[in-house]
Amino acid sequence: MKKEFVDIIKEDNSYKELVSKRGRFSIKLTLIMLFVYFSFILTIAFKPSILSTPISSSSVITVGIPLGVFVIVLAFVLTGIYTYKANGEFDELSRKIDENLIKSINDA
Amino acid sequence: MMHRVLLFLIISSITLFATGIIEGEVTKQTLNVSAISMFVIFVGATLGITYWAAKRTKSPKDFYTAGGGITGFQNGMAIAGDYMSAASFLGISGLVYLKGYDGLIYSIGFLVGWPIILFIIAEPLRNLGKYSFADVASYRLRQKPIRILAASGSIATVILYLIAQMVGSGKLIQLLFGLEYEIAVILVGVLMILYVTFGGMLATTWVQIIKAFLLLSGATFMAFAVMSQYEYSFEALFSHATEIKGLDIMSPGALISDPISAISLAIALMFGTAGLPHILMRFFTVSDAKEARKSVFYATGFIGYFYILTFIIGFGAIVMVFQNPQYIDYAKQALEGGSPILGGNNMAAIHLSHAVGGDLFLGFISAVAFATILAVVSGLTLAGASAISHDLYASVLKNGDPDHKKEMQVSKIATVVLGIVAIVMGIMFENQNIAFVVGLAFAIAASANFPVLILSMYWSKLTTRGAVIGGSMGLLSAVVLVVLGPIVWVDILGNAEAIFPYKYPALFSVTVAFAAIYYFSITDYSHRAKEERENFEAQFIRSQTGIGAEGANEH
Repeated sequence: MKKEFVDIIKEDNSYKELVSKRGRFSIKLTLIMLFVYFSFILTIAFKPSILSTPISSSSVITVGIPLGVFVIVLAFVLTGIYTYKANGEFDELSRKIDENLIKSINDA
Repeated sequence: MMHRVLLFLIISSITLFATGIIEGEVTKQTLNVSAISMFVIFVGATLGITYWAAKRTKSPKDFYTAGGGITGFQNGMAIAGDYMSAASFLGISGLVYLKGYDGLIYSIGFLVGWPIILFIIAEPLRNLGKYSFADVASYRLRQKPIRILAASGSIATVILYLIAQMVGSGKLIQLLFGLEYEIAVILVGVLMILYVTFGGMLATTWVQIIKAFLLLSGATFMAFAVMSQYEYSFEALFSHATEIKGLDIMSPGALISDPISAISLAIALMFGTAGLPHILMRFFTVSDAKEARKSVFYATGFIGYFYILTFIIGFGAIVMVFQNPQYIDYAKQALEGGSPILGGNNMAAIHLSHAVGGDLFLGFISAVAFATILAVVSGLTLAGASAISHDLYASVLKNGDPDHKKEMQVSKIATVVLGIVAIVMGIMFENQNIAFVVGLAFAIAASANFPVLILSMYWSKLTTRGAVIGGSMGLLSAVVLVVLGPIVWVDILGNAEAIFPYKYPALFSVTVAFAAIYYFSITDYSHRAKEERENFEAQFIRSQTGIGAEGANEH
């Protein structure tokens, strides 16, 4: 990328918005995933009895099973949320950055 | 000319397969006709696709990325096809069959890397790279040392993974089709060489898509067949299973015993997935970042759904295969007691397919298992070949300006060589304990590939010196710790006690890699390092906006 393009884009407001918004969003979702997964794994390591409790007194199904399935579904839902937001809002910002860049080049 | 060669090879491989059948008839009593006919249909169809793809594979870009024109949905399916190996299908359902809940814990570990890949890696990877993840790692760093490092990490991962797949495939095919082990391994190797050399990424992608579709359909049918017997009540299925195997199967068992192992395994699976070269390569087959995101979304859905199915299948095998006189290995029972099943626990899903759908469905699932192996080894070989031809030959030897025809030739030669290596290793390792191999592949991907990749994308102060020293130390420590750990040092080499007490080294080797990259980068005061840091801004803008990124071919 040319130096002058870099200078134009880094001052672009849409670019600043994109980087800060998406950065925060990615980190938030990553932390949710890591927190849930590591809580799950560390529960297994430190206190597996929590997961071995039956969901009701008459059931053989333990708490661990719906929780495990929840982690799988959560992983899918989080990727869906990210993709939805990125393919809409964030790509719109990227498009604006592109437009502004072309405008600045033509103006110059 | 090339097409005539291809036709010849197709015919000769079918002949090879046919002779295999005849030999199988002589040596084995169980010859599975429906399995073989379905497999022949699959092979015929995929070779047809390879023939079609060969005509469209002209440039290196076609070969490495199918021209960049695969859609997000197709790529998601292909990623799932790449990731759901026979090891995960048979291995995880076998683990559920044996230990119940532990199988679910294990499969979750293989899934959670995917969201992380999407949130932090997929986009910058797509925006910065062209054919391989080394493009990204070396974007603003010195080409040669970084390429050599990334190619070593890739080739090591690919070969280890290939060994595991080849040995598994040889044994599986021997059991399912009644072929000799060596013939099975050679057959897999030859077919994979055909797909990749002639059809490149386009053929590989379609083989993976078809296989993913077949595997998901077959597994869905099996899970529903099991559930239908219990009127779709999980309570009924699980309570029947606990009557047979006891309540322990509903709770975490011995898979994860101490916190260090737990975290270490989690890190290996998460960061390892994000460092697998054949997976990362798939992001260059789509046209832009938008399609790359969709790929991960679909792939995560397919893979997650598949793991839920394998859990039901494992429990289905507990109720329908365990203690079923039809599937008991009486010879083994006489020696060891208990109720071992024919072919070992990993065959639980295969026996279940017979229990729910008879010979015909057994044939279908066996053919799917074989197709699965073919799809996975093809993706691996392609990634290995591109590390050799794109990273080592074109970028290191030819300074990034190769003759495209020559580069294609090198990639094809590399494919054939890797195929032969895989066959030879597959035969050599037949009777070896290869339990450590996939774990080591993930440890290397997590400790050598992943840290360099992620820091090259996000950390402005990274320098070539830091990346090379840190990445090499990650690679080395992963290998050394696996060798000194309980699986190799005690189980294989026969020593009394492991020097390194944990089975999974990732927690330590990944830390070593990050720490070394950090230290050797910030203490790098060279002129070159200053330039590399200054170039970060332009790289970051491209990685965020996609301005200047590689597009798709106009086809």
